Amino acid sequence: MNVTSAIDNELDEPRFNHCTATRNACKLCTPLGACLVFRGIEGTIPFLHGSQGCSTYIRRYLISHFREPIDIAASNFSEESAVFGGASNFKAGVSNVIRQYQPKMVAVATTCLSETIGEDMDRIFHDYLKESWHEGHPHLIKVSTPSYSGTHIDGFHAAVRAAVAALALPGDRTRRVNLFPGMVSAADLRHLKEIADDFGLPYTLLPDYSESMDGETWSEYEKLQSGGTPIEAIHAAGCAQCSLEFGRTLADFPSAGRFLEERFNIPNRRLGLPIGLRETDALFEALEAASGLPTPAKYNKERGRLVDALIDGHKYVFEKRAIVYGEEDLVTGLAAFLAETGILPVLCASGGKSGRLERNLREVLPMLDERTRIHDGIDFAQIAELAESLKPDFIIGNSKGYALARKLGVPLIRVGFPIHDRIGGQRILHLGYRGAQALYDTIVNALLDVKQTSSPIGYSYL
Amino acid sequence: MAPEITPLPIAPEAAATEAKATIDKMLKAYPAKTARKRAKQLLVNDPEAIPQIGANTRTIPGIMTQRGCTYAGCRGVVIGPISDILHITHGPIGCGYYSWLTRRNLVRPRHAGDTNYLQYAMSTDMMEEQIIFGGEKKLRQAIREAFDIFHPKAISIYSTCPVGLIGDDVHAVAREMKEELGINVFAFSCEGYKGVSQSAGHHIANNGVFKHMIGRLDEGDKAEFNINLLGEYNIGGDAWAIDEVLRKCGIHVTATLSGDVTYDQVCKAHTVDLNTVMCHRSINYMAEMMEKKYGIPWIKVNFVGAEATAKSLRKIAAFFESKKLTDRVEEVIAEGMAKLKPVRDAVTARCKGKKAALFVGGSRAHSYQHLFADIGMETIAAGYEFAHRDDYEGRAVLPTIKVDADSRNIEEITVEQDPVRYNPRKTPEQTKALEEGGFSFKDYTGMMSEMKKNALVIDDISHHEIEKLIELRHPDIICSGIKDKFIIEKMGIPCKQLHSYDYGGPYTAFEGAANFYQEIDRMLHTKVWKYVVPSWMKEPQLQATPIYNPKEPKPKAAAPAPVRKPEAGGEAIPE
Repeated sequence: MNVTSAIDNELDEPRFNHCTATRNACKLCTPLGACLVFRGIEGTIPFLHGSQGCSTYIRRYLISHFREPIDIAASNFSEESAVFGGASNFKAGVSNVIRQYQPKMVAVATTCLSETIGEDMDRIFHDYLKESWHEGHPHLIKVSTPSYSGTHIDGFHAAVRAAVAALALPGDRTRRVNLFPGMVSAADLRHLKEIADDFGLPYTLLPDYSESMDGETWSEYEKLQSGGTPIEAIHAAGCAQCSLEFGRTLADFPSAGRFLEERFNIPNRRLGLPIGLRETDALFEALEAASGLPTPAKYNKERGRLVDALIDGHKYVFEKRAIVYGEEDLVTGLAAFLAETGILPVLCASGGKSGRLERNLREVLPMLDERTRIHDGIDFAQIAELAESLKPDFIIGNSKGYALARKLGVPLIRVGFPIHDRIGGQRILHLGYRGAQALYDTIVNALLDVKQTSSPIGYSYL
Repeated sequence: MAPEITPLPIAPEAAATEAKATIDKMLKAYPAKTARKRAKQLLVNDPEAIPQIGANTRTIPGIMTQRGCTYAGCRGVVIGPISDILHITHGPIGCGYYSWLTRRNLVRPRHAGDTNYLQYAMSTDMMEEQIIFGGEKKLRQAIREAFDIFHPKAISIYSTCPVGLIGDDVHAVAREMKEELGINVFAFSCEGYKGVSQSAGHHIANNGVFKHMIGRLDEGDKAEFNINLLGEYNIGGDAWAIDEVLRKCGIHVTATLSGDVTYDQVCKAHTVDLNTVMCHRSINYMAEMMEKKYGIPWIKVNFVGAEATAKSLRKIAAFFESKKLTDRVEEVIAEGMAKLKPVRDAVTARCKGKKAALFVGGSRAHSYQHLFADIGMETIAAGYEFAHRDDYEGRAVLPTIKVDADSRNIEEITVEQDPVRYNPRKTPEQTKALEEGGFSFKDYTGMMSEMKKNALVIDDISHHEIEKLIELRHPDIICSGIKDKFIIEKMGIPCKQLHSYDYGGPYTAFEGAANFYQEIDRMLHTKVWKYVVPSWMKEPQLQATPIYNPKEPKPKAAAPAPVRKPEAGGEAIPE
């Protein structure tokens, strides 16, 4: 490869080629995140203002991960709307969606197309509502999600903020806690609800696609799958005692938690994604503070078992080398956890570019040294170039790392999104002591499997 | 278990009324204007007097469609599978990511070390800066670097929505780079908002392939019976299964457009004697243009289904008018059919009389009916996502299709006879003789002529209409895509994906037919459906049992079966 301007100067350092194009992206587009959030609100139908192709592609991708239906409406721009604006398509689209689905809310996200032509969404909303609003009309909210700025995770957080900004109502302070978990799995959301319930805390968990995107079979046809954060709960978020938002990158982001803090003076506590011991400890501390109660015994036991397992398994994992990739906050959480187990994250990589990845990693892992490389705004081609000399024992991230794992001949531990080459991506538990336990067992067993498979003798005691 | 009901044959008038009533119930949920428009796309079939369908019209905003966009049709479907072109998506990241190997168009390198770029999704990943100041510079740089890294034979550029809006001249960049790098570089203006569906992208792709690839290599393959297979994308290995059966017959495929094909193969596609067309919708433009320019005739074939495969092989043999080929084809058919027979008989015994509905693509909703017919299953409803009137009603209606604003957006390239290379493969006399003997060229007669009277034909079906179809007509299986699959299965009806094949395949030729029969058999009869009772089974309408023939065994249960849930740790539920 004769493309020059390598990032690193020292010749013996692992390096990758600079490339103007993104090759095998390690990020998805902004409206995808927004659509997922909106489908995590009860009775809400996501609506993309733009070409129908965006809706089709995003549905296709979300479905391949969740293996659940998701309807995302679109205003189906034609060339004419691209030139003269999509106001009439918007109106027709919203009316048709309301008529067919009788939703509680239509949640609109913009696309590259409507953003590029500079659609005045405020005006379109104003005109639409002036003409069509009536008593009992579904809520209508919007978020700006051009895919040429940010990644799916930015669209996700922006949509959470948009929902809160439009729907949270002021009132007397209650015991309620707002939980803004970020883009986690359906199993993670269920676990968080269980934890909040066990603390006896009323909560607003936003979004909550634990049922709508991981539901049962139907005895009755469900136009919009049931489940999701009740809109009343989002109203009530304005009276909560505090917000807990997960994701250290949110420090520089106009997040939902920050909105509530600025608007309603609700204290916002920002935590890392609670993956592994210490980040989960921080969550439980925050919940103890909010509830005034000690952590329920069951979680102390889970923590105890996790620590015990780390000791049982340490000899299999210490000094193992891992490449971690995905959204920045997921990478930070996973790296924190891996380091706790004795595994060395040799590369922490993300397609996101909040500018905070390195700082966040150093916050959770002050002991990080030159053996760990940190790259944001990276793609899989560059990760693959680095991986050659990093000699990882395994890689951990979404299904898009499969080609790399295959090339390196190491296991891929599937976490995050998208997972489209295994069943049950939505049921992978990452959060809490329980999530760490599940991840740990998966990682250790994958390493044992390698050892066993590659052994010429094939011992069955390991 | 679910009640087994053997319905009596329904009188034709009753069937027509029932079909009409189904459509009325589907339309009821729509506002008047929407209902009027949709009514043109929901028809009761009559193969004798084919009604006109409102196909290839814009999806109404807010109606949940299966359709994709122009970019998807161009980059994703038609050109994407060419394995040694370096494909670059010019736009923000989403489109490139979503078209990254999602079509399952398989590639098998011929030799160790052969180029395969399909694992590679390259995008200019436009940022706000390029949206404001233009993206040509970044595109140029991306092309130069791609060339430096790979030295590909050709580079192809695909425009996404913002590109057309900000006015990037991708074609000028392509010309410039072609000159600078000395390799073939070409671009497609396939912005997502153009056209009604991905179909517009197919047309744009056909034009580009024709202009920039076909005819660049005049040295053809040496073969006695030399053809192209157009409109076959090698999903799940389909093209390989077809190729194998053709090879057995002694028929050589120069280029498959565009499943598992290389740039060079496409460049010499004009050297064959016959174009055979699988997916009429996505590639008929190419067949027409090649005929005009090079004199290569085309015929419609279908290798989906055993009977259809036999028919297609015979048709190719008839074209070549060679006894040797005809005899060999008959041997291959006899061998294929004999090998298939035990499977086909066993599956037919279990599946005969079951009802299928197909909503997919621009040809599959038709071609897969042949596989169901092979095993005695009836297609009660079918429709395409993005086909045009000719795919439903047959090419005879082509002169009457109105050109609307959306179609006008797409370039119609003027094709003239090549002064040197035009070479009609048959003399007018030979053609006439063949036609008099019953052979027909460019003869796609569409889906509706081959569907039963009173079957439902539904173009661009919506989720709401699928729900009504299940509720009112109780299909035993639906073939569709991933966006509908899980809705259908949540209602207790198996859904076979005909885009990705549920990661199975191949389903073409004799080998593929066996795969499909067995797959359908397993899907219909697996025990998992017994855990779910379709919602329509709980409707009171079922309890008002129709009159049963007294000689027929009495249906086991008119009342709905209770939903069974497996006990924790329990065994599988016994029959």
